[in-house]
Amino acid sequence: MRVQVRFFAALRERAGIPALEVSVPEGATVAQVWSLAAKKIPIEDNILAAINMQYAGFDSLVHEGDEVAFFPPVTGGAQ
Amino acid sequence: MTVLISDHAFDPWSYLAEYQRERVGQAAQTGATAVFVGSMRDFNAGDTVSGMFLEHYPGMTESYLEKISQEAVQRWDLNDSLIVHRVGELCPGEPIVLVAVWSAHRKAAFEASRWLMEELKSKAPLWKKEQLAEGSRWVEHNTPG
Repeated sequence: MRVQVRFFAALRERAGIPALEVSVPEGATVAQVWSLAAKKIPIEDNILAAINMQYAGFDSLVHEGDEVAFFPPVTGGAQ
Repeated sequence: MTVLISDHAFDPWSYLAEYQRERVGQAAQTGATAVFVGSMRDFNAGDTVSGMFLEHYPGMTESYLEKISQEAVQRWDLNDSLIVHRVGELCPGEPIVLVAVWSAHRKAAFEASRWLMEELKSKAPLWKKEQLAEGSRWVEHNTPG
């Protein structure tokens, strides 16, 4: 099945691409999407993930057509 | 309850006055209004910062801010809430964020506005990239409140 992958901020720059589509088997998790999409980027503990714009863990299941986003810790608001 | 992401400079004080006039009015049940405005500093971690780029996740940033606004309205029984957050290219001194809440009593207003800011800073999908004299860098940690 196909899922849309998006990267943001420093991860987008490290990936060299803001978005891509990957094919994963049924029952795949966010972690499997990461390893296919991010390829050379080593996984770090602080990387956050979202499925369809809702925070999700790396062990969450993905489904056909999902948008899976990866991003570094957030830094909004006033400093 | 209003959430707005703005990609251009905004004046929080005139925005607030207009919102108060048009949306909140002279509601007699509102005894307390708490307002927080955050602006861009020209220094961070010992360096002079000349500019900043604020990235967001269109769709998720708005829905996350709406989610915490709804939670705050319910938890503190607020009469109304307002969050405006800037994205894009910013200059030092420009406002980044406006949080305002309206409630019957001051305790709820103080607590809810503080809680909204901390939730926003720790979980809303927003990322700062600072422009320094020798290049740019992504901010990796929030400064403690």
